[in-house]
Amino acid sequence: MTVISEWLIVIFLLFGSFLSLVAAFGLIRLPDVYTRNHAASKSATLGVMSILLAAFLYFYFIEGHFSSRILLGIAFIFITAPVAGHLISRAAYNSGVKLWEKSVRDDLQYKKKEREH
Amino acid sequence: MAFQILLNFFLAFLWMFLQVSFTSTTFFVGYLIGLIVIYGMRRFFSTRFYMHRVYAVIYLTMLFFKELIMANIDVLKVVLQPKLAIKPGIFALETELESDWEITLLANLITLTPGTLVVDVSDDNKTLYIHAIDIADVQDSIESIKNTFEKAIMEVSR
Repeated sequence: MTVISEWLIVIFLLFGSFLSLVAAFGLIRLPDVYTRNHAASKSATLGVMSILLAAFLYFYFIEGHFSSRILLGIAFIFITAPVAGHLISRAAYNSGVKLWEKSVRDDLQYKKKEREH
Repeated sequence: MAFQILLNFFLAFLWMFLQVSFTSTTFFVGYLIGLIVIYGMRRFFSTRFYMHRVYAVIYLTMLFFKELIMANIDVLKVVLQPKLAIKPGIFALETELESDWEITLLANLITLTPGTLVVDVSDDNKTLYIHAIDIADVQDSIESIKNTFEKAIMEVSR
């Protein structure tokens, strides 16, 4: 039982840190604020969640301590991270940040023009 | 919905008083018996038997986690492939959902879906503007969002 849980902890930790690394790499590599937001809001969410889950499993199986605060933390991140991503991209669009020049379609510009008229 | 849950709690407490045993086990047994009673009396309620809705909520949560993992694999592929062959863009999605919390839930689901991110919601709550990281198959993604997420949310709120 302890061996299985140890392996689970290791897998979750490595997976979470790998995802966070990919999120950071995506922030450097992707061209504009919206595509960067994709990497940040998805990979960072799951990365932090699995690191927290590994911490929870460690304290539960190895130390025998049930930490409900970590579970609450997972739930809060799960709810708030997509909202934060949405708000950042919305604020960027409304303050006039351009899409990447290779973007092919922009339905939102019609709405903006309507509003200005 | 809320009335049925309250009634179920009341029946469980009634069972505890009948048994004169105030433990969580007795409460649980009473709750199960109350569930059976409410299921038997379901045609006297104006709304559906509430366990349907509990099941729908659990299904929606599972869908949330599945989409989150798929989205991460997707981002992984885009970021780690050597050539940046993506065509980003913003497309509009008409939604049939009405109340505010349904639209919030749909926007959250879309943000955690592979390759899509909600940028703006129109003022009349009818249209969501979604930034897609690879817009080649817009029609497909609209279809899949409509078929899976909207349906699952409606199943909860109906």
